[in-house]
Amino acid sequence: MSGARLFGPAWLTEGVKEALLQALVALILAVPLIGLKTVQEPGGLGLQTRWPAVAIAVACVFVGRLLLVIARHVWPPRPKAAQSPVVAARIRRFVRLLGPAAIAFALLLPFLPFADRYVLDVSILVLTYVMLGWGLNIVVGLAGLLDLGYVAFYAVGAYSYALFAANFGLSFWACLPIAGALAATFGILLGFPVLRLRGDYLAIVTLGFGEMIRVILINWSSLTNGPRGISGIPRPDFFGVPFNPSPAPDASAFHTLFGIAYSPIQRVIFLYYLILVLALLTNLFTLRIRKLPVGRAWEALREDEIACRSLGINPTNTKLTAFAIGAMFAGFAGSFFATRQGFISPESFTFLESAIILAIVVLGGMGSQVGIVIAAIVLIGGPELVRELEEYRMLAFGGLMVLIMVWRPRGLLAFREPTIRLADFDRTARARSEPAATVP
Amino acid sequence: MLRVEGLHTFYGSIEALRGVDLEVSSGEIVALIGANGAGKSTLLMTICGQPHAARGQVRFGDDDITQWPTHEIIAAGIAQAPEGRRIFARMSVLENLLMGATSADPQHFESDLTRVFTLFPILKERRDQRGGTLSGGEQQMLAIARALMSRPRLLLLDEPSLGLAPMVVKQIFRVIQEINEQQRVTVFLVEQNAFHALRLAHRGYVLVNGRVTMTGTGRDLLANPDIRAAYLEGGH
Repeated sequence: MSGARLFGPAWLTEGVKEALLQALVALILAVPLIGLKTVQEPGGLGLQTRWPAVAIAVACVFVGRLLLVIARHVWPPRPKAAQSPVVAARIRRFVRLLGPAAIAFALLLPFLPFADRYVLDVSILVLTYVMLGWGLNIVVGLAGLLDLGYVAFYAVGAYSYALFAANFGLSFWACLPIAGALAATFGILLGFPVLRLRGDYLAIVTLGFGEMIRVILINWSSLTNGPRGISGIPRPDFFGVPFNPSPAPDASAFHTLFGIAYSPIQRVIFLYYLILVLALLTNLFTLRIRKLPVGRAWEALREDEIACRSLGINPTNTKLTAFAIGAMFAGFAGSFFATRQGFISPESFTFLESAIILAIVVLGGMGSQVGIVIAAIVLIGGPELVRELEEYRMLAFGGLMVLIMVWRPRGLLAFREPTIRLADFDRTARARSEPAATVP
Repeated sequence: MLRVEGLHTFYGSIEALRGVDLEVSSGEIVALIGANGAGKSTLLMTICGQPHAARGQVRFGDDDITQWPTHEIIAAGIAQAPEGRRIFARMSVLENLLMGATSADPQHFESDLTRVFTLFPILKERRDQRGGTLSGGEQQMLAIARALMSRPRLLLLDEPSLGLAPMVVKQIFRVIQEINEQQRVTVFLVEQNAFHALRLAHRGYVLVNGRVTMTGTGRDLLANPDIRAAYLEGGH
C-alpha cells in the first residue's frame, strides 16, 4: 500500500483521488452546460466556446472538494448518536408551542407595522400553499398515496368557482361548497382506477390525471374559454357587502359599513384572513380526523396495506375517502385562488404546481402539520427573500433545498405524535365509569 | 367451526392449492405443517378471501364465506396474525391495538385492552413506543394481540415462530395455549416449526404441494416416522 502513496498521508491521497473524480464529473457536466453558448450570427445560430469558464468551474469543484476532505479530517464528524429522548422531547415541546405562536402571529400580521401590500400578498401566497400542503398531506402524508396530480383538483376548484360565478352569478360563499364537492367527486373519479396501484405506478397515473385535466381545460374552449382563460371573475365581498370605493348612494360598501375611509388594502386584508381561516380549517380537520377511525385507517394503510386487510379494514373506502377529502381542500383552495386572481387559465395548473405542493409535504416531513408550514414558507417565501439575486435566484433556491435534504433527509419535522396515549384512554374510562357508578 | 372443502387456489396459472380439505372444531388448536411453498400461507390467505378460491368452499359456522370480501370475513369473527407480523411500524403499540379493534364494537375496547395487556405484560410497558422499535418477539406478540382485539372466535396464526429465538418461541406458544384455554379462542396455526406446533396442537394436518397428505392428533403426528424424517430430524 505504501508504494502507492504519492505524497502525504493516505487520507490525503484518497482525498485527492476523490476530488479528481468529482472534477471529472464537473468537467463532463460543464462542457455542454458552460462551455458551449449559442449566439446569433448572420445566417443563423452559431456556437461560441468558453473553455476558460469551464476550467474555472472544474478547478472550483476540485479545490472545494479537497478543502471539504481536509476539513473532514481536521474536524472529524462526530458519530451521530441516536437523538436522545430528552432532546426529542424538547423539540416536541418547542413544536407544540410553535403552532399556537405561529397562529397568533398570523392573526396579528396585517396590523404589524411592516405589513404592507407586498408582505400581505406574499403571505397570502404562502398561506395558499400551506393549505394545499395540508390538503395533500392527507393523501400523501397520512394515507401514503403518492399523488403527483394534485393540482388537478386545485384547477377543478378554481374553474368551478369561475364558471358558476360567471354563468349563474353565484357568490363566493355559495360556490365554495360546490367547488369542494366537485373536486371531491373528481378525487373519487381518480381514486377508482388507481385503487390497486401503489408507489411508482400510482404516481405515474396521478401524474397523467393532472395533465389530463389541464389538457381538457385547454381544449374544451366552449366551456373554459381554452388557453385564453377566464377573466373578470367576481372578487370576494365581505359577506355580501362589496369592497367598493364609490358605492351607489343607496348601497353600502365595506368602508361605509364600518364608517372608515376606503383603502384598497382592506380587500387584501380580507383575502388574507379568508385564506388563513380556510387553511386553519384544513388543519383543524386533519388534526381531528387523525384521531377518528378513518384517519387512523389512513395511517395504517400507509404503513402496511396487507396488514390492514387482515384486520378487516376496507382499503377501497379508506383510499377513496383520502382522495376525496384531500381533493376537497384543493377545491376550496382553488376557489380562493380564482377569486383572488380574478383571472385563471390552464397555465396556472401545470405539473410544476403539483411538484411544488408535493415538495412542501415531503420537505415538511410527511405528515407533520407544523413542518408543512415551515416548508411552505421556505419554498414559497424563500424565492421572494432571495429576489435580489435575480437570475441566480433559482440557483440559490436549489442549493437551499439540497442543504435541507442533506441535513434533514426525512423532512424538517419527521416525527409523528401518537394519536392516542394510555392517559387519554384512562381518562375516558374514568369518565365513563363515574356516571355508571351512580346507577344502583 | 371452520370447514374447508376441496379448495383450489391459483396464482395466475400456478395452482397453489390442489383440493384441500380440513376442519377446525370449536375450542381446538389445529396446526398445519408443511415445507416452504407447500401452500400453507396461501390456505390462510384464501380463508381470509385474498385471493378468493377458484373452486371449493370455505364454511365458517353456518356461512359459506368463500367469496366474501375480506373485511366481512374479519367482521364475522376470524382474525389473522399475518406472516412476517406486519405491524404498523410508525404507529405506537396502542395505536396498533386500536387498529386491531377496527371491526369490534368500541364498547369492548377497554376490557379487550386489559385482556391483551394481561396476556402480554410487555406490551403495556411499551404502549407508547413505536411498533417498529420493538424486538422481533415483541412484534410477534403485538401482532397476536392486535388480532385478538377484534374479539375473534377463530384466530389464524401464520408462522408465529418465524425468525424468533427458541426461548421466545416457547413463550409465544405458551401464550397461544393460554389464549385457547382461558379465552376460549379457537386457533388455527400454520408452522414450519413442526415440533413446537404439533406439541401444542390438538390435531394437525400435513400439507405437501397443495394437498393434505396426513392428519391426526398432534401426538400421533409427532410420533410418525415419516413426519420425523421430513420435518423434525436435524431440527431439534
